Amino acid sequence: MSLSRRDFLGATAGGLVLGFVLPRSGRLLVAEAVAAGAPAEIPVNAFLRIGTDDTVTVLINHSEMGQGVWTGLPMIVAEELEASWSSIRVEHAPAAPVYAHMLFGIQATGGSTSTWTEFDRLRKVGAAARMMLIAAAAKRWKVPAAEIRAENGVVIHGDQKLSYGKLAADAAKLPPPADPPLKDPKDWKIIGKSHKRLDTPDKITGRARFGVDVKLPGLLTAMVERAPVFGAKVKSFKADAAKKVAGVRKVVQVPSGVAVVAENFWAAQKGREALEVDWELGENATLDTDKIIADYRELVKKPGLEAAKQGDVDAALAGAAKKLEAVYEFPYLAHAPMEPLNATVRLERGQCEIWAGTQFQGLDQKIAAKICGIAPEKVQIHTLFLGGGFGRRATVTSDFISEAVEVAKASGAVVKTMWTREDDIRGGYYRPLFVHRIEAGLDASGKPVAWRHTVAGQPIQFGPPRPNTVDEAAVEGVADSAYLKQIGAHLVTAHSTTLGVPVLWWRSVGNTHTAFAMESFVDEIAAASRRDPLELRRELLKGDPRRLKVLETAAEKAGWGQKLPAGMGRGLAVHESFGSIVAQVADVSVDQGKIRVHKVVCAIDCGTAVNPDGVVAQMQGGIVYGLSAALYGAVHIKNGRVQESNFDDYRIVRMPDAPKTEVIVISSGEKMGGAGEPGTPPIAPAVANAVFALTGKRLRSLPFSLD
Amino acid sequence: MKLNVNGEERSVNAPEDMPLLWVLRDVIGLTGAKFGCGMSLCGCCTVHLDGEAVRSCTTPVSKAVGKKILTIEGLSADGSHPCQRAWAELDVVQCGYCQPGQIMNAAALIAAKPNPTDAEIDAAMKGNLCRCGTYERIHAAVARAAQLAGGKT
Repeated sequence: MSLSRRDFLGATAGGLVLGFVLPRSGRLLVAEAVAAGAPAEIPVNAFLRIGTDDTVTVLINHSEMGQGVWTGLPMIVAEELEASWSSIRVEHAPAAPVYAHMLFGIQATGGSTSTWTEFDRLRKVGAAARMMLIAAAAKRWKVPAAEIRAENGVVIHGDQKLSYGKLAADAAKLPPPADPPLKDPKDWKIIGKSHKRLDTPDKITGRARFGVDVKLPGLLTAMVERAPVFGAKVKSFKADAAKKVAGVRKVVQVPSGVAVVAENFWAAQKGREALEVDWELGENATLDTDKIIADYRELVKKPGLEAAKQGDVDAALAGAAKKLEAVYEFPYLAHAPMEPLNATVRLERGQCEIWAGTQFQGLDQKIAAKICGIAPEKVQIHTLFLGGGFGRRATVTSDFISEAVEVAKASGAVVKTMWTREDDIRGGYYRPLFVHRIEAGLDASGKPVAWRHTVAGQPIQFGPPRPNTVDEAAVEGVADSAYLKQIGAHLVTAHSTTLGVPVLWWRSVGNTHTAFAMESFVDEIAAASRRDPLELRRELLKGDPRRLKVLETAAEKAGWGQKLPAGMGRGLAVHESFGSIVAQVADVSVDQGKIRVHKVVCAIDCGTAVNPDGVVAQMQGGIVYGLSAALYGAVHIKNGRVQESNFDDYRIVRMPDAPKTEVIVISSGEKMGGAGEPGTPPIAPAVANAVFALTGKRLRSLPFSLD
Repeated sequence: MKLNVNGEERSVNAPEDMPLLWVLRDVIGLTGAKFGCGMSLCGCCTVHLDGEAVRSCTTPVSKAVGKKILTIEGLSADGSHPCQRAWAELDVVQCGYCQPGQIMNAAALIAAKPNPTDAEIDAAMKGNLCRCGTYERIHAAVARAAQLAGGKT
């Protein structure tokens, strides 16, 4: 998830207005957030509880959706606190202003930002708490604090020792120090050393509670019959048959459709099947992805709004010794997290309680409050484990949360609103469909000297259209490309289209398509000028040692340039996203038209890896996520209707398709970046480049087809 | 009807065509088996019936009567089943939602085939989806679990 460079207006939920943000100018926003009332005092109590039994509970304000914040964020606290690692317990924080994202200014998880944006705050929390414990011991022992040290959950002075649990009550009465000194990285004992995930024991025994697992007294289950076409409205409905289904309690209309409220999932589903709804389909009933893509192919023939410009690209193209052109196409994609969307709501005594796996507590709280007509602080959010997020559990309408609140409000029930897989695949909020067109001019030596790049697609934005703005997510990875900096004349423009298909950030956002276009086209230039793809990239990236090191590390580990067994091809890609640089080398074969990816060597520089094995896991997972899109992923729309519905026609990678990986985590000590998303962008171009190396066929449209 | 779940006799009141998954989750309250697709396409709901891995989302509860139903909650009392130990050792999980199904599927595999080959692991596990992409670690953990079950350390 990334929030783009403009404030956006979440107007769909009834005029709600939010000032918002973006990652790239993030440093500024941190300053703004602080100025806007973020607490000046280190919020020790908000993030840390030390029990008299010596347990140390870290409250995390980012949602655990598989990316490992449940382990990595506590590691940061434990390091400075000098806590014993085995004493650490973890809880999701409630929704409250103190837990606002350091960059976005609102409680949220996304943009591969959790670790690096919380790094300083959580170190200070740990360090401040350690100083408070030492100060409490100093008082008790009547010795100078400077003579006391803390180690492994114990405070020590000479022969005297006290565990943190015995000092916690006294320490809690002391004010946190304003600016506690932080450890020198060379003294780190926890940060930078791989730690096993703290959520594993619950997740391998069935004890872990996801949103879908919530149990409450009197809890009912609801299922909503939603619009068959985006934006369609209920004209009328007949509920008689549905109400006759055993276990169905109520049928109520909500803004998104008609909800069947029942004793359990099965009854709700049967009831929904028996429902008859007449829809006013509206203007989106003619949406057709074949037509959309055809329109975009025409659009990219003309320049759009300027996103990046240097030199005179027309003159440079005209004077080039050789010209190349390519068009790349990308479909809509559903996130398809394994846990279908759901949220549980209880409205009682002027309060709204929500249980859900969500990435956007800050907004959910505001929107729920608006629906209920209560103050945001009367909305309590219990965050449970997310059965995958990938961006889908953060929409600016809070779609699945707000709908569940509407269902609870309309039915008067304590109710869990559940989506089926079909609801999920057909429910919109897709990675937008995009078309890229690139023209390059090469000089006599084959070096690119001109680059004209035009993209067309829907902006990931909310509220009213902004006709004269470039959607940053559409051009991230192109407009700021390291290659283009080396190419004297370039022009990047974007067409922002307006369509009724809801679109959203999808693991790695714009980089899902921009990395493919850039890394494929650089490969095409290498082929056209008969140069080795690694050599050409080296030349284009000279002067960027950090990126070169990542590229060369992956290439070297993969044995780039060595002879491959017959029938195997090798390709590479390198891309920066979310502040991290990732290079991947893929080894592929093709058998009866089917691409098989055998091995991927991946190098990442994310500055500092707090939990290196967690970064490895995110690279492995990011590769598989990107490979699912490369090989299979596409949502098609005909007559306004989404054609795919479940994992039979919206296929994802299964175990036999999954490559073996070798991941190298480079600790450069440079500015920290993210890990959740940057592993996804390079895999599709690395595979396409490998297929080209093997077969001579250039794949320019996703998902890949060798027909 | 009477069901034997994790070694306990349970009396449940549910329609015969209600999928076992929803009897387990909504009637009995065992939420370890998960809902992912409702069509036997993803394996999140995998449980054992008399030791065999089945997709409980498409198994009518009537078919489970008279059989021993085993869910992730009953696989071991303390997370010590070889699969669970292997999963912990290799830090397999990410979001964790598919993992109860993966583990139940793997447990049935190694019970039937104590030394599965790589190809047998792929073939047996290909019906279990993981959107986080933990396949490589799952694969290694199944092989490791087979070793642990065979008494190797």
